[in-house]
Amino acid sequence: MKLTAFGRVLLPIVLLTGLAGCSSIEPWVKPYERDRLADPIMSLDMNPVSSSYIQHVYEAREGARGGEGSAGGGCGCN
Amino acid sequence: MFARLSIVVICVSLLANVGALAGVLPEDRADILYHLYEGGGVEIDGPSVLVRKQVGKSTSFVSNYYVDMVSSASIDVVTTASPYTEERTQWSLGMDYLRGNTTMRMSFTSSVESDFDAKTYSFSVSQDMLGDLTTLTLSYALGDDVVGRSDDVDFERQNDRQHYGIGLTQIITKNLIAAVNFETITDEGFLNNPYRSVRYADSGTAIGYSYEPELYPNTRTSNALGIRAKYYLPHRAALESEYRFFTDTWDIDSHTASIAYIHPMGPMTFTAKYRYHDQSGAHFYRDLFSRSEATSFRGRDKELSALTSHTFKISASYEFLNDADGWGFLKKGSATVSFDRLTVDYKEFSDLSAGAPLGEEPLYALDANVIQIFFSFWY
Repeated sequence: MKLTAFGRVLLPIVLLTGLAGCSSIEPWVKPYERDRLADPIMSLDMNPVSSSYIQHVYEAREGARGGEGSAGGGCGCN
Repeated sequence: MFARLSIVVICVSLLANVGALAGVLPEDRADILYHLYEGGGVEIDGPSVLVRKQVGKSTSFVSNYYVDMVSSASIDVVTTASPYTEERTQWSLGMDYLRGNTTMRMSFTSSVESDFDAKTYSFSVSQDMLGDLTTLTLSYALGDDVVGRSDDVDFERQNDRQHYGIGLTQIITKNLIAAVNFETITDEGFLNNPYRSVRYADSGTAIGYSYEPELYPNTRTSNALGIRAKYYLPHRAALESEYRFFTDTWDIDSHTASIAYIHPMGPMTFTAKYRYHDQSGAHFYRDLFSRSEATSFRGRDKELSALTSHTFKISASYEFLNDADGWGFLKKGSATVSFDRLTVDYKEFSDLSAGAPLGEEPLYALDANVIQIFFSFWY
């Protein structure tokens, strides 16, 4: 059976997800060591309203789309 | 078929893995933003308001209202049509539901213009696992677009979009977090702009060329793989880098990379960012076709040309309210001003407004300023 590109990405994730359900992996960064990661400057999306807007600008000015972690909406921006 | 089966398997796995550790809903916050895009003869401005509020222990609602007010005399418009103004209004409503380590999200977005109507229904599932170091997200969105023409009330064409996404966010060390996202988008329907034309060589005219309507394939499938990492620097600052590879069935391949530095200083937070984008052109794109109906599909949308763009961004945010001196129900408030300078160099799109003889037209380049001013409140 030939895998689609999407399927090739999904297969390891399926295996990883199953593994997570069957085993108890010790977290190597303890909860009490995550204060720096909890700092607002470490958020991967500090300002959702702003990042959503600038992503819209890029999609209107360039030929590429997607892969940025959120499903976009459609628009007739030419 | 395999992809569909995989999605079902993953969904079942995720639901079976609901554990004892609790996930977290997004923070309650509201943002009021004014945006302005100015460049290439186009001015677009308007507001965007986003409100998120948790209801009960496990549900959070989010709503966004967004407006684009467009005044366009772009290079396309000045060479083949007349300047115009229009307005696009978009609103969305979403809900997050948290159960154990699993967050389910669903949302609806509607975008309305005088000649374009888009509806998007999306659903995603996120699962925290491996001691909450890893978050896996699966997403699906269905888009339903209706394309019209402002000069023909009977013109109506359909476009169906489907988005399939999978993302993995990983805490790597106590200073480093990374995310990988893969997204496939398929379009089927009327994909070209109903107003835009292509030009073809025509020796029967004084300028040496004529125009005819563009004609795109009625399907497009794109794949994008994005990788992002953020590192906490010892002096309380953050460094973020991002890379995305994109490819589609129209033969557009692109590489996008960016690096950002975030530096807090008292109540202020400063951000500086540089972004680079380079893409190849669509296989049916030509700046000038050799004759009328020269190829099966034809396009001259400059965004489908090979191009390179650079963006420089600076922003400053001032926190005027914090937990210590919160006002009423407000815990925190900030005001942010952001400026982006975007330059695009088109490698196969000529600037016909210069009036140069056929074959000697300079290539077009775009400079645009993007300004955002917004207030954010946490409660």
